[in-house]
Amino acid sequence: MASIRDKSGRPVVVVTGMGVVTSLAAGKDDNWKKLTAGESGIRSITRFDTTGLKTRIAGTVDFVPVDPLTSPALAGRLADMAAEEAVAQSGIGSKGRFPGPLFLAVAPVEVEWPQRQELAKASGANDQVAYADLIRAASSGKFRHYHERFMFSSVSDTLAQKYGTEGAPISLSTACASGASSIQLGFEAIRRGETNAALCVATDGSVNVESLIRFSLLSALSISNDPPQGASKPFSKNRDGFVMAEGAGALVLESYEAAKARGANILGVMAGIGELADSFHRTRSSPDGKPIVGCMRRALDDAGVTPEDIDYINAHGTSTPENDKMECQCVITVFGEHAKKIPISSTKSMIGHTLSAAGAIEAVVTLMTLEHQRIPPTINYNVPDPGITLDVVPNVARDAKMERAISNSFGFGGQNVSLVLAREPA
Amino acid sequence: MAELPREAWITGIGIVSCLGEGLEAHWAGFAESKRVIDTETYAPYIVHPLAPIDFDKQIPKKGDQRQMEPWQRIGTYAAGLALDSAGVKGNKELLGRMDMIVAAGGGERDEAVDSAILTALPKAERPDIFLNERLMNDLRPTLFLAQLSNLLAGNVSIVHGVTGSSRTFMGEESAGADAVRIALARIKAGQSEIALVGGSYNGQRSDVVMLFEFGGYCLKGEFKPVWERAAQPGFAIASLGAFLVVENRAHAEARGATPIARLSAVASGYSDRGQPGAIKDELGRLWAKVVGTLGPGAAVISGATGVATATAEERDFLASHPELPVRATGTLVGHGVEPQMVMNVALAALAVSRGKLFPPNGAFERPMDGPLTQAVVTGVGHWRGEGLGLVEAVGRDAPG
Repeated sequence: MASIRDKSGRPVVVVTGMGVVTSLAAGKDDNWKKLTAGESGIRSITRFDTTGLKTRIAGTVDFVPVDPLTSPALAGRLADMAAEEAVAQSGIGSKGRFPGPLFLAVAPVEVEWPQRQELAKASGANDQVAYADLIRAASSGKFRHYHERFMFSSVSDTLAQKYGTEGAPISLSTACASGASSIQLGFEAIRRGETNAALCVATDGSVNVESLIRFSLLSALSISNDPPQGASKPFSKNRDGFVMAEGAGALVLESYEAAKARGANILGVMAGIGELADSFHRTRSSPDGKPIVGCMRRALDDAGVTPEDIDYINAHGTSTPENDKMECQCVITVFGEHAKKIPISSTKSMIGHTLSAAGAIEAVVTLMTLEHQRIPPTINYNVPDPGITLDVVPNVARDAKMERAISNSFGFGGQNVSLVLAREPA
Repeated sequence: MAELPREAWITGIGIVSCLGEGLEAHWAGFAESKRVIDTETYAPYIVHPLAPIDFDKQIPKKGDQRQMEPWQRIGTYAAGLALDSAGVKGNKELLGRMDMIVAAGGGERDEAVDSAILTALPKAERPDIFLNERLMNDLRPTLFLAQLSNLLAGNVSIVHGVTGSSRTFMGEESAGADAVRIALARIKAGQSEIALVGGSYNGQRSDVVMLFEFGGYCLKGEFKPVWERAAQPGFAIASLGAFLVVENRAHAEARGATPIARLSAVASGYSDRGQPGAIKDELGRLWAKVVGTLGPGAAVISGATGVATATAEERDFLASHPELPVRATGTLVGHGVEPQMVMNVALAALAVSRGKLFPPNGAFERPMDGPLTQAVVTGVGHWRGEGLGLVEAVGRDAPG
């Protein structure tokens, strides 16, 4: 029987429930079918008028109706769907009583343009609209619901109440590494022995006009609008930026001991997590790659494994010129000769970049990859980049024998987190 | 041989507020109950403005300052003060493995751009297209980075070199309580040896007055101490920054660091605010977890905001501990939302390190003459979340 403690005497942490929503579909089964068929969820934006914008595509989740539509409202709905799937699969606790804390990765929240316009109108300001007018309208008491809607804790509040998680829910952001950070916080709490279970959820519903323009102004987004499905092309020579996308991922983490004791189905092991921040630049990685290299090495060390033990890499792979080059170089540094033997794919080629949610969605996909022994491809790989010499699993899914994988997440602000995931030991 | 239980020391504090910067300025400000408020800029709302600060002293590169909006400058500055205070500034090896947890909201809006767009939108022929054009042309790319919550941590990494780990908690007041709680839990469990924890807030912004005024939470009219706002409840939004260096005792001793105080315990809670009395009950549960036995030299440093129900229930709860003198710091420094709990842990550590409580403000607070060795810190969120911490003088028996 496999041990309930790791080599350092810490509780082994396992995954007993997973849920996912992306622009491809809701739920693990449909996402897996589409991911292994190489389908793209990227489409032309219809949610708002994109006339005059450089980027007019995104992986929006349009099949989930939310009215009135705001980013936190959509993020909340997606998080709920993913959490519901994960909690149901794990069979943990009872309805409305999850026996552990909630860690929620969520995008920063802001009042949006429709609300600003509504306030401006209600203020009765005729000529010039100033913030004093908006404040006057806000203080009327007619917009109390906007206080709750635009609190940063609003999404976690709704989830914590529905699932009955324990204690104060933690809302967090480490930019595009947020999803991985939410898992990391749950993982650490279980290792500390504070709890036997944690609900880790990551969500993003940020495709609104201002968010799109902000990323666009940083020249971070692909402008390959036609066809939308071809825009996200990680590791290709003609890659030209990431594609914003929406979605949510959820994982129920448990101590192996508690999961076995209740006879839970073990979906995989959270074997180790590494983190290292970068002090080089607000949006760019250190050119020497040391923080990313250090991050992956810490994850391997934390899991007590060597580079040769890794059979698959789910890349951060955003499809920006810089990220993919840097990630590739760092993988070669960490894995040496073994690097060329490890398949590495970017599921962002199909899902797009779900920002705050990406780390958790990709953890779910990576565990499904280990479960099915089949690797989802990097699609749109038509023009190889001679600078990227790794096996990127081009265009077509592939069967492989895998025990262990690493999933990378890197974000603005120098955030780097790597997860080592494994199958349940026999 | 069994290891001794790990103990967390506060070895560095960096605070800035309307009272000034650093421990001395705050000690002096509290000693004289110095009132620094701005009643005009956002009239009828009252805010506590940031004292004048020379940001060059902690953020030497103008280029770095230009990449930040005020809330990030305040925080990066306070973080630098904390690192100086702990004697670790510039120690690359140590900063490279220092953990960081930041409690943050979001960044400023460009008020001029928002106003201009709102003014012109109703007259535009195609409002959607007009909005696209204006945003494409008028938004500053750097403003986006200043708006991202995790970019305070990012700036602290860049300016001060803290890179061991970097997590940003959001979610108003709870973020600060949980930032301190998790930093402490990680140190006690051996997951961390030294951590920088804190945050900052720019309260001199119309957009946050608007946000909190949706719920009618902003203090307006006549200024009163937080316990005396029942007739006109609300908090006075503050510009402030607060960072702590929290360190495992053995780690601090090995590098010869001087402790300011011990961070003995922190817990956070989440009452069902729909139920009357829920906050009071939750504080009771947290108290049982955190406080244990208090000696005669104990007091409460309260984070009460002045918001109606939250402050009334906290007051009720504290009234059940009549032996403890109470000080609500919000009366003087105001309310800075996410970092407020960190600020109050810092002020508690300051008072404990001086062995003395500062003077009362308002009738609910009574004088305390004897020596101060223990401070319970409360943090009841204006809308959600409760936090409780215990700060003690180093040298008291370590907690079991």
